Amino acid sequence: MQIPIETYRLPNGLRVSLSEDHTAPLVAVNLWYHVGSANEREGRTGFAHLFEHMLFQGSAHVEANEHFELIQRAGGTLNGSTWLDRTNYFETVPSNQLALALWLEADRMGQLLPAMTQQKLDTQRDVVKNERRWSVDNQPYGTWWERLPALAFPTGHPFHHSLIGSMEDLNEARLEDVAQFFATYYTPDNAVLSIAGDFECSEARALVQQFFGGIPKGRGKPPLPSMAVPDRFGTWHRETVPDAVVLARLFLAFRIPPFGSEGHEAASIAGAVLGLKRGSRLHRTLVRERQVAAELSAFTFDLTKGCDLLVLDVTARPEISGDMLEEEVAREVDVFREGGVTQEEVDRAIALIETSLLVSMQAAGDRADKLSLFATYFGDPSIVNEQVDRYRAVTRHRVEAFAQAYLGDDNRASLLYVPRDPALEAEAHAEMAATSR
Amino acid sequence: MTTIARPQPGLPRAYRFPEFDRRTLPNGMRLIIAPVHKLPVVSIIAVVEAGATSDPRGQEGLAQLTARALVEGTTTLNGVELTERLEGIGSSIEPSTDWDHVSASTTVLTARARTALQLLGEVLMSPAFPEREIERLKRERLAELMQQRAEPRGLADEMFSRFLYGTESRYAEPEGGNEQSVGALVRADVTAFHEQRYRPGTTLLVIAGDISIPDAEQMVEETFGMWTGSALAPALVQDRPARQTRGVHLVAKADAPQSELRVGHVGVPRLHPDYFSLVIMNAILGGLFSSRINLNLREVHAYTYGAFSAYDWRRGAGPFVVSTAVKSDVTEGAVREVVHEIERMRESKPTTEELSLATSYLDGVFPIRYETTAAIAGALASMAVYGLPNDYFDRYRERIRAVTADDVLAAARAHLHPGQLQITVVGDPWVVRAPLERLELAAMTVYDTDGTPLR
Repeated sequence: MQIPIETYRLPNGLRVSLSEDHTAPLVAVNLWYHVGSANEREGRTGFAHLFEHMLFQGSAHVEANEHFELIQRAGGTLNGSTWLDRTNYFETVPSNQLALALWLEADRMGQLLPAMTQQKLDTQRDVVKNERRWSVDNQPYGTWWERLPALAFPTGHPFHHSLIGSMEDLNEARLEDVAQFFATYYTPDNAVLSIAGDFECSEARALVQQFFGGIPKGRGKPPLPSMAVPDRFGTWHRETVPDAVVLARLFLAFRIPPFGSEGHEAASIAGAVLGLKRGSRLHRTLVRERQVAAELSAFTFDLTKGCDLLVLDVTARPEISGDMLEEEVAREVDVFREGGVTQEEVDRAIALIETSLLVSMQAAGDRADKLSLFATYFGDPSIVNEQVDRYRAVTRHRVEAFAQAYLGDDNRASLLYVPRDPALEAEAHAEMAATSR
Repeated sequence: MTTIARPQPGLPRAYRFPEFDRRTLPNGMRLIIAPVHKLPVVSIIAVVEAGATSDPRGQEGLAQLTARALVEGTTTLNGVELTERLEGIGSSIEPSTDWDHVSASTTVLTARARTALQLLGEVLMSPAFPEREIERLKRERLAELMQQRAEPRGLADEMFSRFLYGTESRYAEPEGGNEQSVGALVRADVTAFHEQRYRPGTTLLVIAGDISIPDAEQMVEETFGMWTGSALAPALVQDRPARQTRGVHLVAKADAPQSELRVGHVGVPRLHPDYFSLVIMNAILGGLFSSRINLNLREVHAYTYGAFSAYDWRRGAGPFVVSTAVKSDVTEGAVREVVHEIERMRESKPTTEELSLATSYLDGVFPIRYETTAAIAGALASMAVYGLPNDYFDRYRERIRAVTADDVLAAARAHLHPGQLQITVVGDPWVVRAPLERLELAAMTVYDTDGTPLR
C-alpha cells in the first residue's frame, strides 16, 4: 500500500511532506517539533508538556483558546501531545479550510510570545496539575509511566525524569522559561510539517510559503546529552511499589535496539508473539491455561535514540502475589528464549501487524502523523511506504537471535505494583466508618 | 513581520455518506452492504439483540458472559484453534456488550474477508461454551469488578447509575453484572441464553469496505443461509429514576487528591423527537471544548483538566451526566458551578455564536467521522438497530443546521431537571463532606466503596 509523497525544505529549514488523497473532502495538517521532556533542564520537569498547553493560549493574531474554537467552528478536530523527544500539533479540517489550519500553525510558530501572559501560564499550570492528579496521582498504578523510565534509564539520562513533571517543578515554571523555550525549540528548522488529504500540491506549496516562509530560522538548539546506554541493562533491576491497588501488576521491561534499526523489527515481532492478543504465548499460558493473569499486553516505546524498550504488562488474578506473578512471567520468557519460536507464530505476528498498519492508513490524520514521524526521526517520510515490507522480511531466525541476545535475565527491569498491607487497609476503613455520621 | 490576514474558507466540497444496500434474508437476518473502495480492507460487524437488558432478573451479567464466551471455541474448533485461525489471517473478534446489543466485529484485508466471515458465522451460530472457560471468564469478570472499585472513575460511573435508577431497572446494575449475579451463573444459563437470543431474526450483519454487493451477498448466503430458528421477543426496558428529588451521594475514598464528580439524571431514549435539539443543546452546555461547562471549570476556574456533559443514548432512557475530576479542595465550587450552568441553560436562549459554533462543528465534521471502514460499518449498525430511515445520514447535516436557538431553549426546559439531579462524588470525606453540606443542595448520604451507606 503506497501513498504518494512530495517532500521539500524551505530556506528557513522547515521540512514539508505532502500526500494527496481525494477520496473525501478533508485534509490533515500535522506539525512535529523535535523537542520533548528530554530537553528539559533540571528543576523544570514537565515543562515541555506545560509549554504544549501554552501553544493553545493564543498568538499574535489569535486569542486564548481561539485556536480550538476556530478549528471546531470550521468543522475540524484537533489536539496536541507531548512525548519524550517530540511534541506534535495536529488538526483535520474540511478541505476548504486548509488555509486556516496552516495560518493558525504559522501564527503560533512565528509569533507566540506577544500572547503569553502570567495569568495564562498560571491557569495552564493548574490545568496540568489537575491532569497529573487525574492520570497519575488518583489512578491505581498511575505512577508507572514515571517509575518505569526512571528504572530503565540512569539518573541524568534525558529519558529518566517524569514527562508530566512534579508539582514542585511545575510551580517553578516562569514566563521567561516560556520565552526561552520557544526561541530555542519552536523554530522552523526544528519542525516538520505534513499535509495529507484532499488538496493540490501546488496550492499547498503556495500557502506554506505564504504563511511560513517569513518565519526566521532558529539560532540552533543545544545538543542533548549523550543518549548512549549499554544495549542491555547488564542486570535485573527491580522495584516494588505498594500502592492503593487490589491486584498485583508487573511491568517487565527489556532494553532493545532503537526503533528504526533492523533489530527493532525482530523485537516487535517477538513482542507480538509473546503478548499481542489472545493467541500470544503469555495469554495462552498465563491467562487461559494457568489462570494466574487477569489480563496482559506487550508494547514498545518506539524510541529512536540510544535504545528502545519492550514492555510486558501483566495484571495478576486476585489470589496471585506479585512475586508469583513475576516468577510465572519470567518463566514464560525463558521458555520463549530457550525453546525458540515457530513459523506459524511469526506469520501470525506479521499478519496482525500488517492488518493494523493498513487499517491505520485510512485516516488522513494518522497518515500525516506517520509522515512527520519518519521525517523527524529518519529524514525520510517515504519509509511509511516500506513499513509492511520490513516486517514481512523478519525471519524466525532473526526473532530467535533477538530473544537469545535481549531476553535473558541480564537485561530486565521489573516494576511491580502490589496491594498495600491489607491489615492496614482494613484498619483505616474501620476508623473511617466509625467516625462518619 | 508582516501581518497576514486570517484566511477565508474556499468553496466547500461535496460529501455524501457511502451508498449502501439494505435487505432482509429469507431467514430473517438483516444485511447491510456498503462498498467502499479506498484501501483493500473490509469491516464486518454482527449485531445481535442480546445485550444487557436481556439479562433475566438476578442474572445480571449473563449477556456479557455469553458474548465473551462465544470466542472460546466452536463445535468444530477449540478455543486455541479458533484464535489461531483468526489471528493467522490478521483478524480478531472481541465481542462487546452494551445495553441493547452484542457486537462481534473484525476488520481484515479484502483477500481474507470470506474466511473471516465464515469464522464469525461459526462463532455466532455454533459456539461450544466449554465449561472450563465459562468459569474462567466468570473469575476474570470478578477481577474486573475488584479493579473497578479501586479505581475512582469506574467507581463513580458504577455508583452514579446505582443512585440514578430504581432497583427495578436493569440500568441500576453494571452492564456486566455484579459479584452475586455473575457468581451464580452456570453453563446451562449461557447455552439457554444463546439458544433464545442468537437467531437470524435478532441479528444484523454490516459489511463495509472493499467488496462488491454481489460478492458480499454470496459470502453471507454461504455462511448464514442455513441458519434457522426464532428468538424470544426483546426485553422491555424499565428506565424509571430511583427518586424524583435531588440527592447528594458521597462515596468515601480516603486521601483522594481529586474528587470524581457525576452530576445528572435520567435522560431520554434515542428515538425521542427532540434528539437533534438535544444534541445541539448538549454541545453548547458541555459537549465541546468551548462549551459552557468546560470553559467554566477548566479555563476560568482551573478546577479540572476537563469537564463535559453527555447523553448516553440507548433504547430506553440512559443518563444525562456531567463528568469531571477536580482537585479535592474545590469540590464544592465545582459542584456549584455545574449546577449553575445546568440552571442557566434553561434561563435564556444560547447566543448566536454559541449556536453557530455547535451547528457548524457538527455539520462540518461529518465527513471526518467516516474515514475508516469500521466507522462506516458502526454508523450503519447504529442506524439499523434504532430503525432509522435509509436517508438518515444524507439528511443528518441539514437537520443539524435546522436547529434554532428557540429549539435549544425549549429542549433545555423540557429535558434538564435541576431539581432531580443526582450528584455523585467519589472523594476524600475529610476534605469534601463539610463544604458539600454547606451548599445545601440536597440531603446527603455517605457510602463506602461497596455502596453501603455509612452511619
